[in-house]
Parts: sequence; C-alpha cells; structure tokens
Amino acid sequence: MSADVTKVDQAGEPVGGAASGTTPPTPSGPPVGGAASRREGGIAGFLNGPVGRNAGLVLALVLLVIVGIITAGDRFASPENALTILRLGSVIGVVSVGMTFVISGGGIDLSVGAIVALSSVWATTVATQTMAANYHWIVMVIAALVVGAVCGLVNGVLIAYGRMAPFIATLAMLAAARGLAEIIAKRRTQIIRDRGFIEFFGGSVLGIPVLVIMFAIVAVVGWVLLNRTTFGRRTLAIGGNPEAARLAGIRVQRQTMYLYILLGVACGIAAVMIMARTTTGTSTHGTLYELDAIAAVVIGGTLLSGGRGTIVGTVLGVLIFTTLTNVFTLNNLDTSTQAVAKGAIIVAAVLLQQRVSRTRSG
Amino acid sequence: MTNVVKRFPGVVALGGVDLDVQPGEVHCLLGQNGAGKSTLIKVLAGVHEPNEGTIEWAGEPVTLHHPQAAMDLGVATMYQELDLVEGLSVAENIFLGHEPTRFGFSQRTAARREAAALLARLGHPEISPSVEVGTLSAASCQIVSMARALSRDAQLIVMDEPSAVLDAGEVKQLFRVIAEVTGQGVAVVYISHRLEEIREIGDRVTVLKDGKTVATGLDAKTTPTQELIRLMTGRSIEYVFPPKPEVVVDAEPVLRVEGLARAGEFASVTFDVRPGEVVGLAGLVGSGRSEVVETIFGARKATSGTVSVGGKAVRGGSVAAAVAAGIGLCPEERKSQALVLGASLASNITLATLPRFSHGGLLDGSAEVEAAEELLESLDVRPRGVHRESRTLSGGNQQKVVLARWLLRGCKVLLLDEPTRGVDVGARSEIYALIRRLTDEGVAVVVVSSEIPEVLGLSNRVLVLADRTVRHEGPADELDEHAVLDIILKGDAA
Repeated sequence: MSADVTKVDQAGEPVGGAASGTTPPTPSGPPVGGAASRREGGIAGFLNGPVGRNAGLVLALVLLVIVGIITAGDRFASPENALTILRLGSVIGVVSVGMTFVISGGGIDLSVGAIVALSSVWATTVATQTMAANYHWIVMVIAALVVGAVCGLVNGVLIAYGRMAPFIATLAMLAAARGLAEIIAKRRTQIIRDRGFIEFFGGSVLGIPVLVIMFAIVAVVGWVLLNRTTFGRRTLAIGGNPEAARLAGIRVQRQTMYLYILLGVACGIAAVMIMARTTTGTSTHGTLYELDAIAAVVIGGTLLSGGRGTIVGTVLGVLIFTTLTNVFTLNNLDTSTQAVAKGAIIVAAVLLQQRVSRTRSG
Repeated sequence: MTNVVKRFPGVVALGGVDLDVQPGEVHCLLGQNGAGKSTLIKVLAGVHEPNEGTIEWAGEPVTLHHPQAAMDLGVATMYQELDLVEGLSVAENIFLGHEPTRFGFSQRTAARREAAALLARLGHPEISPSVEVGTLSAASCQIVSMARALSRDAQLIVMDEPSAVLDAGEVKQLFRVIAEVTGQGVAVVYISHRLEEIREIGDRVTVLKDGKTVATGLDAKTTPTQELIRLMTGRSIEYVFPPKPEVVVDAEPVLRVEGLARAGEFASVTFDVRPGEVVGLAGLVGSGRSEVVETIFGARKATSGTVSVGGKAVRGGSVAAAVAAGIGLCPEERKSQALVLGASLASNITLATLPRFSHGGLLDGSAEVEAAEELLESLDVRPRGVHRESRTLSGGNQQKVVLARWLLRGCKVLLLDEPTRGVDVGARSEIYALIRRLTDEGVAVVVVSSEIPEVLGLSNRVLVLADRTVRHEGPADELDEHAVLDIILKGDAA
C-alpha cells in the first residue's frame, strides 16, 4: 500500500510542474508542438494510463482509510474491521467482476440483483434442501449456479439472437426473476438448515473468511480471463467495435450470449455467498445490486460504452464503496448520507472518464 | 467561392476549388467519386471550415464556421443520406431547429398549417404534415427535405444526388419543383452522375477532379458529353502500378461466384478468380459493388447464388464460415468496419487469428506481439509500436494494419473494398506493391474501387457494375477510363 502512495507522489511531481507551465502558452521556437503535446499528456496522460487510473483509485481508497482512522480510530484500523470490509464487499464484488465482462462487451445487465434473489430462493427450497440433506450441501450450490446460468442464458439469447436492447431485456428479467423468486418463496424467508453448508462458507481458512477467498479467486480468474485469453480479447473487440469484430470472423452473437451466461453464473456464486452470510434464501436478497455493481465497474474505469475493461479497477471500485459504507456506519451516519456520498463519487468518476475519452478522440 | 482548399490529416480533399452560383440558376457539379464534391458541399454547409480561400455571399466575404451560420445566410443542404428524424412528424422535421413558437411553446397547429402550405407548393399536398417521417417513401422524404430547405427561406439549395433514390416519374416531379424555386430566384447546386439530368435542368456545369476545379461555367445544354467525360478523367497524379501478375489461364479458379444476388441490392453476379489473379469491380457509389463483396464474405446473406472456394461451397451468411474457408475482407469503412480503434495495433492484427496464439484459451501475449511487430516492420507501418492505439494512425497506415490482419491469417481469397480511400500517395504505391506480392504467392484478389484507373491498373479482368447489375466483363487491357465511364453513364441513362 505504502509503495503505491509513493509512486503517486513521484509521478505527481512532474504533473504539477507541467500544469503550472500550461498557464502561459509560451510561443518559443520549434519544440512548441512537442512540448504542448507532452503538456497535454501531463495530468491527463498520467491519469489515462492504466497505472495512473488505478493509482487514482488507490489514492481515493487511501483518503477514505485516512478519514476512517481519524473519525473512528481503532474501531476502523483493526484487522477484524479490515476483514469485515472485505467480507461485506465480497458478494457485490463477485457480481461486479461478472458485470465488468458484460459492460466491456458493450452491454449492460440490470437483472443481477433479481438473479441473485432467485438463485438463493431456488437453492433453499424445501425440495432442494431435502435433496441436500440426503446427498450433500453441494446440491444447493449447484442449484444456485444453474439457476444463475439459465437466467443469464435467457438474457443472452434475447439480446444476442432476439436483438433486444440489453437494457430492456434485462429490465424484463429483473421484474420476472424477482417475481418468480417471490412466488417460489411465497414471500417467506427460507432458513438454511444444513450445518455443513453454513460451516463451510461461513468459516475461515488461516483466518481469512471463505467468502473473501471466493471473491479473490473470482477476481483473479476474471482478470486472467479478460486480459490473457481469447475470450477476453473477443469481449473487448465486440465491445469496442462489433462490426469490425464480425468482419474479422468473430461470432459476435455467441460471444455476447456467453457474457450474459458468465454474469449469470457470477450471480449464482454471489447467491451462495449471500446465503452463507445470512443463512437464508429470500426474494429480497440482492436488492439494488445492479446499481452497486454498475457503479463499481464504472468508477473502476471500465468504459460504459464497451471496449475497455479493468478487473483491478472494478475490485478497487468495490472496495471504495464498501469502505465508504463501513466508515459511515462506524460513525453512526445513516444510509441516506451514504447514498449522497456514493452519488458524488460516481459523478466525479464519470466526469474523469469523459475527460479521458475526450483526450483520446482529440 | 474562390480557391478553396480543405486539408484533412494525410490528404488534401480540396486543392483549390472555384465556384460561382448566380441567383435563379441550376449549377451542376460533376466529378468522379473522390473528386471532392462531398467535401465541397460540406464547406458550403459550414460543416468543414476551409484551410484557405474565400467564400463570398452576395459580394461580401463570409466565414461559415458552423452549419447554423450557413443556414442563417440562406444556404440549405440536402444530403445524400437524408438527415430527417424518423420518429418525428413531417411538420416537426420541416421546422426542426426553427419551430414557430409563442411564449416558448411550439405552435403545433401553425407549424402543421405552414408545412401543409409548403408541401402543396411543392406539388405534394398528399403528404400529411402529421404523419411520421419513418413511414414515408424515399421520394416523399426527399420532398420533405426540400420543404425544410424552403421553410428556412433558403437562397441557395445544395442537392447531393437527389435523384439517386427516385424513379423516373418522381425525378420529373423533382425537376418541376426545382424549376419553380429557381423561377423565384433561388439558386440550386445540383449534383448527379446522370448526364442526361444535367442536360435537362442544368444551366451551367462545374467539373471537379482530384479536389480541383478543372472547368467552370460550362453550358449545361451544349457542352459535348465527350468533353465532360474527358474533363472528369485523366488524373493529374498518375500512380505507378506494379506490372500485372501473369495468370495461368487454365488454372482452377480459387473463388467462384455463381448467380449471387441480393434482393434490392444487386442482381445475379457470376465470376471466378484464379490463383494469383486480380479481378476488379468498377462502379459508382450505390452500384452494388460493396454489397457484392460483403455478400461473398458472408456479411450479408445472399438471396440466391453460391460462393465456393477451391471447389468447396461456402455456407452463406456467415462471416466465420467465409473466414474459415480462407476469405479475407478489407472493408470499405476502415474505422467503423475494420478496426477496433481503441485497441492496440497488435490486438487489431491478431483479431482474426486469435486461436493461433492461444493454448487452451490462454493467449500467448509475447508470440502475439512478436508476430505483430514482424508484420508492422515488413509493411513499414509508421509510427511503429504494437501497443499504440490504432486510432492514432493515418489512413494509409491503418489500412496496412487491416491488411496485416489477413496476411497473418494467410488467405486464399482477399477482398479489398476501396483499399486506398483516404490513403496518401506514398502509402498507395506500397499497398499496390503489397497486392502484387500477394498475387505472386497465389492469392486470388478482388478489388473494388471508385477510382477507375485504380481498378484498371491493378486488375487482370474487370467487371463493370451500374444500376446494381453487371454491365460488362472483360480483360482490363481492353478498357480505359473513358470506356468504363461510358458503360456506367450510358447504363444509367437507359
């Protein structure tokens, strides 16, 4: 962490110098053009770079931590609280990693919260739990993953082959999946009775909660998938220019469908995690996850229009939001104030992103 | 306007254009594709600002730095792609941007009434002002566009190929309207490829070639056709084409296209290409040439007909199938169809070849970069740098990147749609040389170009398309630019 901070400071040095140099447009000799473009590259260029963008997020996180330490002292700066933050962020984090793929691929998914709810309910029905009791709790996990994948498949088919706007198709899924969850659960909270399930997912390995480990695994796999595989490359290509991707022989429709299935599976995993955390399955799980996930992805630096995605940014975005919630909670501030602060962060991040795309096109 | 120059990065689109238009005249602009007509129109409409030269309006020098400035002066432009909002009504479209208002509320009844009056004046009272534009025919849209120009009290109406989408009766109607507005002192700049139309309604003609005025103020009625064609052709810059590849006459064709057709776009096209041969498709914009290559490539689904490579039929309507069969396409619109602009050169180059660099789905990044670097070097792409974003390159270098994608893949058939559009002179010769290198390796090449000399200079055989059908097929050596234009223009006249 401290290494990152120093990096920011060092890089910040020339930035400041360049900024002050910009004020008078010095009409001096031949290198003006070069100097000007370098100056252009100053602040913007630094922040635009992959390192710079993440450094900005790390900086934001560090500021939040400092605020936390000042206002809440030891209650904030303890290993237990750090794990609390990570545990809190892990569920939405898994969804956000999946969302990064869909958004990088030029889409959007509003139904993630509803899919989480439906998966959790389906995995905790009497029938599923009885089967789990007879065999193994893994049945519940499989149920959640399959439900998530099928919902994603429906989204993907509607969008890729039915040519529906992602916004509309997933809006429909949002309504339908949440409704179906209510029907199945009869609006009741289903308690998980299987001790094995709760002990496994609620436990810790070497002091680290299993939920946090799951988030870490999902994030690492997501990073590799997006940055180091043909799957990831195709995702960025169809998000960046679907027509060019198509004319290069990439099966754009199929790839689009895969992205929604992938996110559906991520929602299934998130459902398992939320079930473990609350020991329940209910149709109210995952409420407003779509907004939290999209917000985390966007402030992380993934382009909402597609073509560029960053898993590291998304993870940092999740951590920023979760830390914010934690700091506010420790200071006994209500959720309304939190919401306002979240809104401000999103606006700031998007404004920064716009500047980035302007410099790129300009 | 005098000596107007417009430069874009890497190309000079207009290199000194003079044009004067009198009140009440129909001034025709003639020129081949790429002669600079569209750029000239955009300068007139205030979309592009000229780098040099002056524009005078009624004797006063003016600068048009914004479309609104041009409209305020009284210049209205009817673009080739109509710029109507489909979801709005006819009346709303006509008054878009200058709605009649009172206390900030739009006066819908007044707008509808005035729109109806304008449409009646144009001889089309049957178009209802309240109907949605999206439901109208192409000809009716043209009339609405015209009504919009009149609603702004335009003194000069620029029409970019208005007749392209109209049938004979509708063209007559359009001419009647043009005659009426010019009778009221409005000037019209009329662009068309159809010489007989120019004869019919034109007063004077200005000919553009390679972004320059080659003749202005010619009499539209009496200047001989041969003279006009001569002015349009004969390039000032002669490109050097590499010697044409020798083709083994009795070799089995690599690509065979039989009876390929697409409803509304082109009718039955049949040809084959042998290994190492270049077949050119000549024709004007809208003749169906791009549609033909895109259909061969599976990007459009054929209504009928077959494509086969090496004797094996290629499943239609699937780009992936065409690519698997060994076909590659460098599409017409480099930026919107070929490149992922925000992605690096390396990933653009390997886009069609990803499986080759993957082991069980994992990409071998360094092998990818290495392959890309090698290609960038051999094609002399500048500035080099595999991680550079492709949007930062000039047109010629971007085109090389697109070519590199297919070179890496190793195609049997390469379809090149406008390979040198927006490409500067130096890069052009390099691309020509590259095409030659490919044919030496036995690749079958299909070249589409608006520039007739380019098609003739590169190809062994040429197909001339006009009005969405093949008008002529024959060896390139037996044709010259005149002959091809003749086939195209006479074909249009039919």
